[in-house]
Amino acid sequence: MEQSPSCLKLFGSWASSYTHRVQLALKLKGLHFEYVEEDLTNKSPSLLLHNPVYKKVPVLLHLDRPIVESVIILQYIDETWTDHPIMPIDPHERAIARFWCHFADDKLGPAAGAVFGSSGEEQKAAVCQVHENLKLLEAELREGAFKGRRFFGGDKIGILDIVLGCGSYWLVVFDEVMEVKLVDPEAFPLFHAWLRDFEEQKEVNEIIPAIDRLLEYARGIRQLMLSLKDTTSSTTTTTATATTVATNSNNNVVIGSGTSV
Amino acid sequence: MADKVVLLSSWASVFGLRVQIALAEKEVDYEFREEDLFDKSSLLLESNPVHKKVPVLIHNGKPVCESSVIIQYIDEVWTKGPSLLPKDPLQRANARFWTDFIGKTIYPCGSKIWRNKGDAQVQAAAKKELIGILKQLEGELGERPFFGGETLGYVDIALVPFSRWFYTYETFGRFSIEKECPKLMAWVRRCNDRESVSKVLPDPHKVYQRNCGLKKRLGLE
Repeated sequence: MEQSPSCLKLFGSWASSYTHRVQLALKLKGLHFEYVEEDLTNKSPSLLLHNPVYKKVPVLLHLDRPIVESVIILQYIDETWTDHPIMPIDPHERAIARFWCHFADDKLGPAAGAVFGSSGEEQKAAVCQVHENLKLLEAELREGAFKGRRFFGGDKIGILDIVLGCGSYWLVVFDEVMEVKLVDPEAFPLFHAWLRDFEEQKEVNEIIPAIDRLLEYARGIRQLMLSLKDTTSSTTTTTATATTVATNSNNNVVIGSGTSV
Repeated sequence: MADKVVLLSSWASVFGLRVQIALAEKEVDYEFREEDLFDKSSLLLESNPVHKKVPVLIHNGKPVCESSVIIQYIDEVWTKGPSLLPKDPLQRANARFWTDFIGKTIYPCGSKIWRNKGDAQVQAAAKKELIGILKQLEGELGERPFFGGETLGYVDIALVPFSRWFYTYETFGRFSIEKECPKLMAWVRRCNDRESVSKVLPDPHKVYQRNCGLKKRLGLE
């Protein structure tokens, strides 16, 4: 279906994994779109108009009508442009994909954010939580719903690969920035292999920012948070401030502790 | 082969009640198994090992978890009868958005009201927040009879079970939702005219008694 560039417009942020999800889906579908980079510290009136409830990226405009929340946007794209489907056909498989998309956003994402926003004993506990979540995914890959698959979607990447994949690269970034070991290839061999395969996909390579850029970004935010910690007395205030700093700077990046997409 | 459908849930669970309404709308026969949330069955723990929560729909032995996922599953499997989600992708996106919004906001906010242990400030803030959320939903409903348009749809099913918890919120929070959101309460009454809703949803006073007992049990009095 021929689409003029003005038909699709995406408001996003270069470091937002939620934005990357939508960019990847559009790329997989061969859809052209206009991209608008949002300054999340100074959101445009358009963004606030089109997402009045959450005021966040990404927002997809299709024929001037907004769709918000990345997993909802992905399903919208899949239902509107039916070539190269990203959702499974079977209803039970679709339910499993949706379930794990929620898991990514309600459990794994916030757990990773908690690692980033903490240090010392608190961070150790947060790392354990990420490991618990990865264990569940590893089990599904080893002997559960995704047994024997190269990708969660089967031979090709599907919605769950997009949702988990655009975000999991942060785990690797965090490993380097904070010297933690989140994606341990020995503990999570299948997840590790899946992530490597995902990142090697041509379309994924073209979307995800260079690792150096992500590292620099994460280091900057982390340093800011730690310096705030040093100058603030109460732990509660520190955590809240750190979270706010991370969220305001990264709005919708998995670093933030918010759970909404 | 006849379908075997089992629903693991709890009679007062807003999320479980959504599924029950959806099954009733589709006229699906199913076995309801009441779970004791303090002593969960091995079937529940096996069927939902990730969250260990209700509701879980088990269809011919295969579990489906999370109410919003279950309702979409029901809609896709039992295609005779009314569609619960709109056909148009944009309207579907909108329905998913509001259902997700309802799921994320009302339950935690309402909990802060009724589970409150003497912190008046927290309770007052939660009350204000809840009224704000319900007014927002009222605005979204507009002049339509239902969120689904002329008939009950996905968003209606997602929201209406909370109406049986309004009495709990109002009594603990000392306010009137009818007074704050009359249009929403009119919508609740329209929903109640449907058998799928009136036969499924519990008495609000029963829900309140249950919550009083639960509050005591959790040491929140």
